[in-house]
Amino acid sequence: MDIFELTIHELHRKLNARELSSAEATRAMLERIESVEPRVGSFITRTPESALAEAAAADRRIASGDAHILTGIPLALKDIFLTEGIRTTCGSRMLHNFIPPYSATAWERLRDCGSVLLGKLNQDEFAMGSSNESSAFGVTRNPWDTARIPGGSSGGSAAAIAARQATATLGTDTGGSIRQPSSHCGCVGLKPTYGRVSRYGVIAFASSLDQVGPITRDVTDCAIMLGAVAGYDSKDSTSVNTPVPDYTAALTGDIKGLRIGLPKEYYIDGLDRDVQAAMDRAIETYRRLGAEFVDISLPHTDYAVATYYLIATAEASSNLARYDGVRFGHRSEQAEGLIDMMTKSRSEGFGAEVKRRIMLGTYALSSGYYDAYYVKAQKVRTLIMGDFTRAFENVDAILTPVAPTPAFKIGEMVDDPLQMYLSDIFTIPVNLAGTCAMSVPAGFSASGLPIGLQLIGKPFGEETILRAGHAFEQATEWHTRKAEI
Amino acid sequence: MKFQPVIGLEVHAQLKTGSKIFCGCSTTFGSEPNSQTCPVCLGLPGALPVLNKKVVEFAIKAGLATNCTIAHHSVFARKNYFYPDLPKGYQISQFEDPICRKGWLDIQLEGQGPKRIGITRIHMEEDAGKLVHGDVPGLENGSGVDLNRACTPLLEIVSEPDLRSSDEAVAYLKQLHRIVTWLGICDGNMEEGSFRCDANVSVMPVGSDTLGTRAEIKNVNSFKFVKQAIEYEIQRQIDLIEDGDSVVQETRLFDPNSGATRSMRSKEEAHDYRYFPDPDLVPLVIDADWVQRAQKALPELPEHRQQRFITEMGLSEYDAEVLTASHELADYFEECVAFHHNAKAVSNWLMGEVTRALNDSGTAIAACPVIPRQLSELIKLIDSGAISGKIAKTVFEEMWKNGGDPKSIVEKQGLAQVSDSGAIEAIIDEIIAANAAQVEEFRGGKEKVFGFFVGQVMKASKGKANPAVVNELLLAKLKG
Ligand SMILES: [Zn+2]
Repeated sequence: MDIFELTIHELHRKLNARELSSAEATRAMLERIESVEPRVGSFITRTPESALAEAAAADRRIASGDAHILTGIPLALKDIFLTEGIRTTCGSRMLHNFIPPYSATAWERLRDCGSVLLGKLNQDEFAMGSSNESSAFGVTRNPWDTARIPGGSSGGSAAAIAARQATATLGTDTGGSIRQPSSHCGCVGLKPTYGRVSRYGVIAFASSLDQVGPITRDVTDCAIMLGAVAGYDSKDSTSVNTPVPDYTAALTGDIKGLRIGLPKEYYIDGLDRDVQAAMDRAIETYRRLGAEFVDISLPHTDYAVATYYLIATAEASSNLARYDGVRFGHRSEQAEGLIDMMTKSRSEGFGAEVKRRIMLGTYALSSGYYDAYYVKAQKVRTLIMGDFTRAFENVDAILTPVAPTPAFKIGEMVDDPLQMYLSDIFTIPVNLAGTCAMSVPAGFSASGLPIGLQLIGKPFGEETILRAGHAFEQATEWHTRKAEI
Repeated sequence: MKFQPVIGLEVHAQLKTGSKIFCGCSTTFGSEPNSQTCPVCLGLPGALPVLNKKVVEFAIKAGLATNCTIAHHSVFARKNYFYPDLPKGYQISQFEDPICRKGWLDIQLEGQGPKRIGITRIHMEEDAGKLVHGDVPGLENGSGVDLNRACTPLLEIVSEPDLRSSDEAVAYLKQLHRIVTWLGICDGNMEEGSFRCDANVSVMPVGSDTLGTRAEIKNVNSFKFVKQAIEYEIQRQIDLIEDGDSVVQETRLFDPNSGATRSMRSKEEAHDYRYFPDPDLVPLVIDADWVQRAQKALPELPEHRQQRFITEMGLSEYDAEVLTASHELADYFEECVAFHHNAKAVSNWLMGEVTRALNDSGTAIAACPVIPRQLSELIKLIDSGAISGKIAKTVFEEMWKNGGDPKSIVEKQGLAQVSDSGAIEAIIDEIIAANAAQVEEFRGGKEKVFGFFVGQVMKASKGKANPAVVNELLLAKLKG
């Protein structure tokens, strides 16, 4: 088996047994990136030199007997994570030249484990988009079909896993940005409970919705990555101070008696036939494994997308105000005077989707509309949270599709942003509720495109959905299929 | 027509927390530009605010000291606007749910009873940075941004429009200044902008109950300027109305050189700040326990102490006010009185000799080289007749310069007062004998000459003769 095919746990075993060095694994990964990158376009920035130095350091650490399971593992990060001394663009022309002086907590934790950074991955600009087409650094292609989008906004992260360009990656999920590309690329992607992973040093899109999470080859790797990055951070006031469980210990394979809810609002007419079929098969598999299904209702689901686009854009309009050309990043060279400089810098620096959302958010917060839009959206958000709280009184997890369709074609929805917004219809309610959810490979469409299932857990119920995802993975072989690229 | 001014003040007090409100950077004034910054106060991508608990404690103190209700649940909001000195493009402040509400404090104007001024709210917020224009490092004739001040903790204390004259406004401001410095939460340095105010001024015809259009005068930073600015503004508005024009709602600046206010920007084109709760900060929850602990830890407030100095110690209103100008001075005074129960004498010494020496040397009362016990002993020596008040000043000077207890200084330098009538009599006899002409004058009815004799006796005794004894004996001898 090629080195770049190995999962974290497989690679760790080989590193530990000295069958392989991190330097060799890293070189293999760098070569793989080199060979498939022209067809995929996952990376914005590659860091081969520092990666090899980190790999050498990891090999010394392994030799000293002080290795973590992630020591020497070659990883890549969505370009939304600040990496000290390494250009961090967030997919935007606004930050095309920004080299941060500090690192995100999540990356610091991985680095402390001794993992190796291969580079920074493409994404929708400021994480706004569901297709990776809004990046200022070009589109990323879906390794399963390069005419198609990989999903967004962590599309580069999911594509890099599917194309075997990194052993594991980190993404961020504001309305489905980890789960939807994971589903489209046949990866495992987990959005943890809000507050489980520090947002410090992660460029903010919508602060009350953003959460950091792993995208991996399998559920075991997902548990390993989550365990490494989760936990309280005194630098993030919204991070939660509860102990981090041993997520890999939760992967027992036993889900007998697990009660899984099927929300009627998610199984609607018009759901893509292949997606529906994959769900039906998944339910069958879970039954066989001893799970019980319960019909539930999440009655405010219909309002989730509208609510999301009010709250997320309102927060984004404010979060993106700091990109004004004054202190860092892009500054217009044509400008005369202060106001002109700020206006032109922002006009030139931001792409169309970001501008669209800043306008929406500014409008939603403006006086006279604040109560009608922002305040009302917050009220609906509370109702949606209540839906989940009530549902979880009866079930341990909820099973739904991740996306209504498999990956669409590049350019197919560019002129129809509203239609594109609807592609996050099954993932958005989870962000509004602040709870956790995971995408697990659950089948393929007739045309060979991956389809994921979504397991939604209670707040801080990551162990349950990881166990359920792992059991499903053990019983199926969808996750073992490879993209021909 | 006669007009009635209506004034409300918004005071910004910079808190003496040592570190900023949402990061650990220092707040020392006057450092090298941008030397006290980090990703958080620079507003770098990915940076997140973490609330400094000390700021909350200071806000609770200020609220309790001004009779406010402390909110159990308060929220930080973002106030969005673009300005180059505002790194994040928004200022974190409190808006709908501030930490303190509905308080008051009493002001005292000469010849009038106390007047109660309402406090609408007190909230916490961060300061912005500062723009430097002209030659800045690395740039000729350019503009630079110094973010040392960005994220510095402020309390904004908003009064009700209860003030009716510039004098009331200044009295309120002084009272507030005394409270925040007394609590030790603000250094009160107005020159450095640690305590500054915006004044909302309007006028209405006497007897009317409809408020006039108001103008806001921004960032006035001395008591004198506040008075001038308000008076100028009142007159300007009255003149406008009397000329048939109307007052425009706007923000104005006070120019200390001309003593006038001028328009800065009109409110019509003011920003829509688009306030909303900051999603990076969780709501602040303050339980009753916390408030109770703060209440217990609160020092006796200046007003109360001033009252106690009048009723318990018999001081005049004026003396009591001067002695409660600062916490340290009031403490010093009380410590002295505890050693020697002559409040009036201690008060006189503190307001006289001690204050003079402190001012001349630029020393704070807390660093006074003469400690309260020593000052009390000195006053005790006067009261017991051991030394004269005049000698005491010499002793005080010695204590200030070289330290030491007054008793031993008096002994070492032989400054003890002579009350022994025998010794004094001998001196008097000598003086009378040597000044026959003046004795004649006195006996001829020119009583003024008496002073001359006292002076001569005191001079001959090197100031040590007890003046009462001198007077008595001299009078007896001269009258023959
Ligand atoms: Zn700082």
